[in-house]
Amino acid sequence: MAAHQQYIDLFEQAESQLCKHSVATLNAPRREAIEALDKQGFGTTEEYKYTKLETLFAPDYGLNLNRLHIPVNPYEIFHCEVPNMSTLLYFVVNDLFYKEEQRKAHLPEGVVICGLCEAAETYPGLVEKYYGKLALVDKDPVNALNTAYAQDGLFIYVPRGVKVEKTLQLVNISRADVDLMSHRRMLIVLEEGAQLRMLACDHALDEKNFLTTQVTEVFIGENATFDFNELEETHTQNHRIANLYVEQEANSQVQLNEMTLHNGLTRNRTSVILKGEGAEVSMLGMAIADQKQQIDNHTFIDHAAPRCRSNELYKYVIDEESIGAFAGKVLVRKDSQHTDSQQTNKNLSLARQARMYTQPQLEIYADDVKCGHGASVGQLDETALFYLRTRGIPEREARLMLMFAFVGDVIKHIHLDALRDRIYHLVEKRFRGELRNCVGCSICK
Amino acid sequence: MLEIKDLHASINGKEILKGINLTVKPGEVHAIMGPNGSGKSTLSSVLVGNPTFEVTKGSATFYGKDLLALPPEQRSHEGLFLSFQYPVEIPGVSITNFMRTAVNEHRKYKNEAPLTASEFLKFMREKRKVVELDNKLANRSVNEGFSGGEKKRNEIFQMAMLEPRLSILDETDSGLDIDALRIVAEGVNKLKTPETSYIVITHYQRLLDYIKPDVIHVLYKGRIVKTAGPELALKLEEKGYDWIKEELGE
Repeated sequence: MAAHQQYIDLFEQAESQLCKHSVATLNAPRREAIEALDKQGFGTTEEYKYTKLETLFAPDYGLNLNRLHIPVNPYEIFHCEVPNMSTLLYFVVNDLFYKEEQRKAHLPEGVVICGLCEAAETYPGLVEKYYGKLALVDKDPVNALNTAYAQDGLFIYVPRGVKVEKTLQLVNISRADVDLMSHRRMLIVLEEGAQLRMLACDHALDEKNFLTTQVTEVFIGENATFDFNELEETHTQNHRIANLYVEQEANSQVQLNEMTLHNGLTRNRTSVILKGEGAEVSMLGMAIADQKQQIDNHTFIDHAAPRCRSNELYKYVIDEESIGAFAGKVLVRKDSQHTDSQQTNKNLSLARQARMYTQPQLEIYADDVKCGHGASVGQLDETALFYLRTRGIPEREARLMLMFAFVGDVIKHIHLDALRDRIYHLVEKRFRGELRNCVGCSICK
Repeated sequence: MLEIKDLHASINGKEILKGINLTVKPGEVHAIMGPNGSGKSTLSSVLVGNPTFEVTKGSATFYGKDLLALPPEQRSHEGLFLSFQYPVEIPGVSITNFMRTAVNEHRKYKNEAPLTASEFLKFMREKRKVVELDNKLANRSVNEGFSGGEKKRNEIFQMAMLEPRLSILDETDSGLDIDALRIVAEGVNKLKTPETSYIVITHYQRLLDYIKPDVIHVLYKGRIVKTAGPELALKLEEKGYDWIKEELGE
């Protein structure tokens, strides 16, 4: 039996249960989604060449269809604060949003941060207008699966002209006593001139197998500014398939940053449509893998309007038997003149058994554009290593310095100073082998 | 302090050094001259432990220790320094971070506590003055985008920071204009003490006008074929190497 079949069968049995614990807006597209999944299956496509969905989704995972709250208070047990960074802190445990009422008070006028179901009921029309409009179910089997099964999620709304000064920190925690599958969903809407900076970090508390799908849809209005930093710091039994879709209106500025610090298997799709003239996106990626970890990043930038800029920089450090994959597509449409686009993927391979696959892809239909791309896979520079050693720096330290410098090139672009410092610190720990698990929580210590 | 006996070294099976004998005592300045391809840079590379060269025969001891048995970092800790002919660019590693790590590794080796951030910056400020190294340069990545002169100045700055007992200056004068040469040479002279020694590898007399050598050696085809006082450099400047080759019967 093909792996997707069990999700079709389960859906038939559990549809009413799924719908009962959700709301109309989320229930409406389920049927269409499951049909789209049935049609596509998990078969190998070019898109999922290095992440075999068929294998990934075959095992039996538990699903929390009845929305039972796990008896933890993340606010008490979890400390993932970034030193010197004042944040608006929220938690999602598996796919359940935890909210603390008093925190609402800190939000500027009109800003909404709440569960997706709550939002759909409180602000009718708003969620409906955006939900499922970018993450199309017929284009990607994971979108289909997620849409069929997601029962709640997180909704973030920043109205016109409002700037959220504090960084929003979202802590995603995988927590279960059995192997668990979760379907996370996020919908983020920034209206014209709005501003939001965000950090989302993934952690896994229990030594169970976790398989999480995450679908995020982001709508950025004219002149709005949005920073989205994602940091994964889970364990080797954690599997993450995350699809992020961003649509940008004119002159908006977005920075997307995907950092995989520790994981099992991760597949991130980042898709950006530069829809309005003069929109800018900067996409950063840092991936560090060893053991048998696997990190697969797929990016797609659609230059659909003139005078937009995109800048992409992804760097991988792969060691031992890990696998890294990067596929980056840039599409410049016919009328998107004066596009300025640069894509760079550099990879450091530290072991013979480690594998790196890189695939830049440019499709340009406009004739007055500036587009560049570059990809490389290399080893540590032996002459630099020797130079450092002649100054008294032991080989191990010298190696670390060079590895650190390599990814530092990505980290330095992060806008949030405190986060940048924190990432430097975590990366150093990671390279020193001191980061085998998340560092923040009291449970796994 | 340094005693090299019958040193042979090769690269990819090709013998470059064919029996070097050299003794350097504390406070001495030795100049090594010789035509291109005679093995001057190989000698300096072998002494600091460049893994691309293989020592096939002979010995080198430094203050009684078997130098060739030590990894490059320990040779540095023992007080050996090479100013590279072609300093390496290391993007993403700032000079400050680089030197702080290096200095503290040296201190660790001597069982001294690491310098605090402010102690280190003060120390670095003093040493920067010696070679007139701009603070802006110090905050940049090691040698990245530096001019030839800036790279060489950075080498001498590192020498000042690490306070070696024996420094090898491998064509530190190449690629320098007159002013840069003066700054670098004056830097070296300021750092000189009765205990520190130098091996100066150069093609030209002009550096030796500033850094006065006690002995001049001519390296040719992997051997030291002539050793004499400072007047030898002048003669080489004037006459070239042909007369030496003739003396050797070539």
